[in-house]
Amino acid sequence: MAETHSLQDLRQAAVASKVFVQRDYTTGTICKFQTRFPAELESRIDKAQFEETIQTLNNLYAEAEKLGGRSYLEGCLACLTAYTIFLCMETHYEKVLKKIAKYIQEQNEKIYAPLGLLLTDPIERGLRVVEITIFEDRSIGSR
Amino acid sequence: MKNCEYQQIDPRALRISTTRVPSTLPCGRKGTQRPRRKWEVFPGKNRFYCDGRLMLARQCGVLPLTISLIFITSGLFFTFDCPFLVDHLTIFIPVIGAVLFAFVVINLLQTSFTDPGILPRALPDEAADIERQIDNSGSSTYRPPPRTKEILINNQVVKLKYCFTCKMFRPPRTSHCSMCDNCVERFDHHCPWVGNCVGRRNYRFFYGFIVSLSFLTSFIFGCVITHLVLRSQSGSGIIQAIQESPARYPFCCAHSTVVELVICFFSIWSILGLSGFHTYLVASNLTTNEDIKGSWSSKRGEESGNPYTYNNIFTNCFVVLCGPMPPSLIDRRGFVPSDDAIHTVTSEAEIPPFMAKNDANMCAQSTKELLESMAHSTAVQATCAPGKLKTAPVTQESLLSTVSIRVSRPSKPPSSGWSSRQARRPVDMPCSQSTNKRAAPHTRLPSPVFSLRHSAFILSDARDIDFIPLS
Repeated sequence: MAETHSLQDLRQAAVASKVFVQRDYTTGTICKFQTRFPAELESRIDKAQFEETIQTLNNLYAEAEKLGGRSYLEGCLACLTAYTIFLCMETHYEKVLKKIAKYIQEQNEKIYAPLGLLLTDPIERGLRVVEITIFEDRSIGSR
Repeated sequence: MKNCEYQQIDPRALRISTTRVPSTLPCGRKGTQRPRRKWEVFPGKNRFYCDGRLMLARQCGVLPLTISLIFITSGLFFTFDCPFLVDHLTIFIPVIGAVLFAFVVINLLQTSFTDPGILPRALPDEAADIERQIDNSGSSTYRPPPRTKEILINNQVVKLKYCFTCKMFRPPRTSHCSMCDNCVERFDHHCPWVGNCVGRRNYRFFYGFIVSLSFLTSFIFGCVITHLVLRSQSGSGIIQAIQESPARYPFCCAHSTVVELVICFFSIWSILGLSGFHTYLVASNLTTNEDIKGSWSSKRGEESGNPYTYNNIFTNCFVVLCGPMPPSLIDRRGFVPSDDAIHTVTSEAEIPPFMAKNDANMCAQSTKELLESMAHSTAVQATCAPGKLKTAPVTQESLLSTVSIRVSRPSKPPSSGWSSRQARRPVDMPCSQSTNKRAAPHTRLPSPVFSLRHSAFILSDARDIDFIPLS
């Protein structure tokens, strides 16, 4: 059936369950998600593909939180202008968050929706988890 | 018989139509209420201004006192001391004073009105998932023992605690502020002087505030002393200098000097001390919370075990004060998504068929209607009855937590801790109850009548839950 083959159709499918990919704190408090492959997704998606998605997300978050000349400059400039600069321009972090949102949307459209899965942007969950909604896939058969 | 109790909660009132999903439900129209912003339903003890742009702790403490002290002292300084000093010294005195004053006020306002790094509470699905993962090995106590998880950060063992209010394991360095009833990232302390928590997002402003305030108070103190000294040199002694007054403000000037001296004197001791302390914290990448608890103190003769330090004072300072500004995670100005209600229930979509099994019970019917009306899938309704009963993966408490949380939400005043308390109570009880009956993590709903009665009573009146005997 064509129901689970597009993002729009997914919204009308029944939610079977949700998987939550938790944060990985082994390198500190930076935003990083575990790349361990959840058992519930075994029948749905390729492990390598899943790990690649999570790894790309981790890299994007690392870019957002990167400590380097640029972020220091931004911080110092903000301090000197009494933070009024944030009224005019977006912080680097916010720019990367937009990139992440776009990436997730793209991944959902190209890879996850056809398999009956949906990634939720972690920012909507307070950067705590990557929520993956597993939809009923009638084309495969009853769950 | 139980029907009347269910009418307290009108499914239509809970039904909020989606903007994204075309709903085929008969009552799937825009609710009579306007779409609400998330800050209006925020569960923590906070106040919001400017439609969610600014936030403060509900108990704003002595923030008005802080502001008035700063304004009064600076006002007196600019009115009485500056004219004299401009004449006798230099025009830069009020200029420097003005710059410092501006820094102090801006940093204070930024500290007070910025989100300190509050973590949003876990949604019911997530909370249920975490509950499933926690090893409940047959503990039958009413309240489960404190749950902790140990992880390794940079080869240092760190314990993560479970927050019962926010229903999640707190990330490292996060602490739950009891005044604001929120988990705050990199929690430093709750400062009554600024009326807000100091956490990851506003620590730099707080530090800027206390440093610039110590400069300002020292500067004003120095200027006042200079003023007195200069006056006494032209007159005959300090006391007379204090009592002497310019022709324009005979009464005020003398007293203003005393007032400024007293305020500045006491402020300098405390503020300078605090600045020094926080400079030490910044240089070692510690929080006040960690320092007070002695989390990383070298008790066992090992070197300091702070896993977050970069082992370089300058790097630590830069990271803490000039690092990238993280975004606010609570999305105050977003609209409450209409499928917020729906998402929390659709994961329990298998429950309605389960309920349908006991059609004789009126409770079941009403519950089923309620849940079905909130589901955004007509397919669920159509295929409700037959064979999905076996494959319900959700646990009892997840249903109850969802249902009970839905119950507490519709009440109009969203958050004086009432909804969080009410939401918490029903969850804790079924947790302990179902632990007895569970053998495996993925469980079938054990007893239809038991669970229905649970949900029935929760739906009817959340307040009465303590008084209902459970079979």
